[in-house]
Amino acid sequence: MNRNLILGATLTAVFLLAALISFVWTPYDYAGLDIANKLQGPSAVHPLGTDHFGRDILSMIMVGARTSIAVALVAVGIGMGAGVPLGLWAAARRGSLVDEIIMRGNDLVFAFPAIVIAILITAVFGAGAINAIIAIGIFNIPVFARITRGAALSLWQREFILAARVAGKSAARISAEHILPNVANLLIVQGTIQFSLGILAEAGLSYVGLGAQPPVPSWGRMLADAQTMVSIAPHMALMPGFAIILTVLGLNLMGDGLRDLLDPRLRVART
Amino acid sequence: MLRYTAKRFLSLLISLAVASLVIFVVIEVAPGDPASFMLGMNAQPETLAALRTELGLDQSRLDRYLAWVGGMLTGDFGTSYTYRTPVTEMIGDRLWVSVPLAIYALALSIIVAFPAGIYAASRRGGAGDIGVMGATQLGVAVPNFWFAMILVLIFSINLRWFSAGGFVGWDKGLWAGLHALTLPAIALALPQAAILARVMRSSLLDVLGEDFMRTARAKGLTARQALWRHGLRNALIPVLTIIGLQFSFLLAGSIIIEQVFYLPGLGRLVFQSISARDLIVVESVVMLLVFSVIVVNFLVDLAYAAVDPRLRART
Repeated sequence: MNRNLILGATLTAVFLLAALISFVWTPYDYAGLDIANKLQGPSAVHPLGTDHFGRDILSMIMVGARTSIAVALVAVGIGMGAGVPLGLWAAARRGSLVDEIIMRGNDLVFAFPAIVIAILITAVFGAGAINAIIAIGIFNIPVFARITRGAALSLWQREFILAARVAGKSAARISAEHILPNVANLLIVQGTIQFSLGILAEAGLSYVGLGAQPPVPSWGRMLADAQTMVSIAPHMALMPGFAIILTVLGLNLMGDGLRDLLDPRLRVART
Repeated sequence: MLRYTAKRFLSLLISLAVASLVIFVVIEVAPGDPASFMLGMNAQPETLAALRTELGLDQSRLDRYLAWVGGMLTGDFGTSYTYRTPVTEMIGDRLWVSVPLAIYALALSIIVAFPAGIYAASRRGGAGDIGVMGATQLGVAVPNFWFAMILVLIFSINLRWFSAGGFVGWDKGLWAGLHALTLPAIALALPQAAILARVMRSSLLDVLGEDFMRTARAKGLTARQALWRHGLRNALIPVLTIIGLQFSFLLAGSIIIEQVFYLPGLGRLVFQSISARDLIVVESVVMLLVFSVIVVNFLVDLAYAAVDPRLRART
């Protein structure tokens, strides 16, 4: 086992666990106002301090983890759900018009960064966590389509695929039965990376008001609240920031570790 | 090269046409009646009728789309409903903040990433390499708007070296303008520098294993001479592509960073327009952002093909 994987998986597990536990228990009510105890620094009573309304920051971070994880996870699901079949299809029909259209469509979606998609959606339909999911999810589609097509293209040249074709299997069946299982490792690694990017993107969108809306707690919105308080209560900005950094770092380390574990050839190339 | 350029240019035009169509459909067709959307529920019928005529809603959708695209081609982005000023003027003013900010950040990230990547590659596996790679791992995990807040806390509030936000304008001089953009540019550059340093390192490591590097050493060049004369030039090709791709992330990032520093750039313009429901401005700014990403990627493709003739043959 490599150190990256262990450290990354541990960090990720901590935040997943925090999100799960928050469904049944948080130290305080995350929405409970306690003006008398506002803007308190970390202490035994409030381990991560309180915000400008006296809300417990640890409880808010735990509940906020739910939003971050849910948004990023569904966005990865959208990206994989649409991108992987498109990539498989393009590879099965490599060099054809379908392939060309899918790849040019990919380029086009790449020209719309998640924040631009979010701006478009929000301008017309209003802000909300769902819009953040859609925006990040759409941005994920070409990422998965491209990586699937690239890996599938080289597989189509291999002899076991040739054997399957000789056996009379259709391109769709070969893609599902032989290509997909062989690109799965790659997709798991890329999924981890897109998951971490999704958490960063969700925080950014919520920070500028394009993501989760009150009263749904989110790390990005906690930072937006902290901005005007940063000089008198720096912990309000530091704590959600650390939560984001540790989660993203954990996922990235886990992605690196998984890649080394699943594809030993890369380990030699990278070090 | 000419044939390749013509083919890429055609695909550029198609991309721009499809992108504009997507934006038009989302902004002007999806809300049903854009005029009543912009004015809200309690609009006077006369105001509504006036805005309808102004937006050309009495014409067909195709005519409206063609008028919009035709206007943009001649530099006319329409008139902002909230500010009653030409959108072209508003965008022009904001570009003087957003574009210098993106270029400043790009320059900073290159200045940091190139030496860091080269250093890490030359100390492969050593303490220096591990240190740089650890730092880049952290760099990509830090949200840049959070880093911006921390910069403000340290350099504006505690040390008072920079102002915490706002922009003095370029008429106060180049130095004053750059000074105001320094913290935003540093915040924007951080994740980009981390990515670039990693790409620089791995690209250089690939090149260092090539036969021509061994030949260079066999000819009697020192490791350092071989790196500078032969290694770097070849390693730069993938790095340049990444720099091109990063441009879209820089633009997207600047939209958020401008919010932290209250900079009057495109990002603030688009958020003000969203809250004012000024769809005309939103539509134009989004089109401009997408246009710049598509055109920059087109230019990177051309530059790439010019450097590496194999690519031209492939497509």
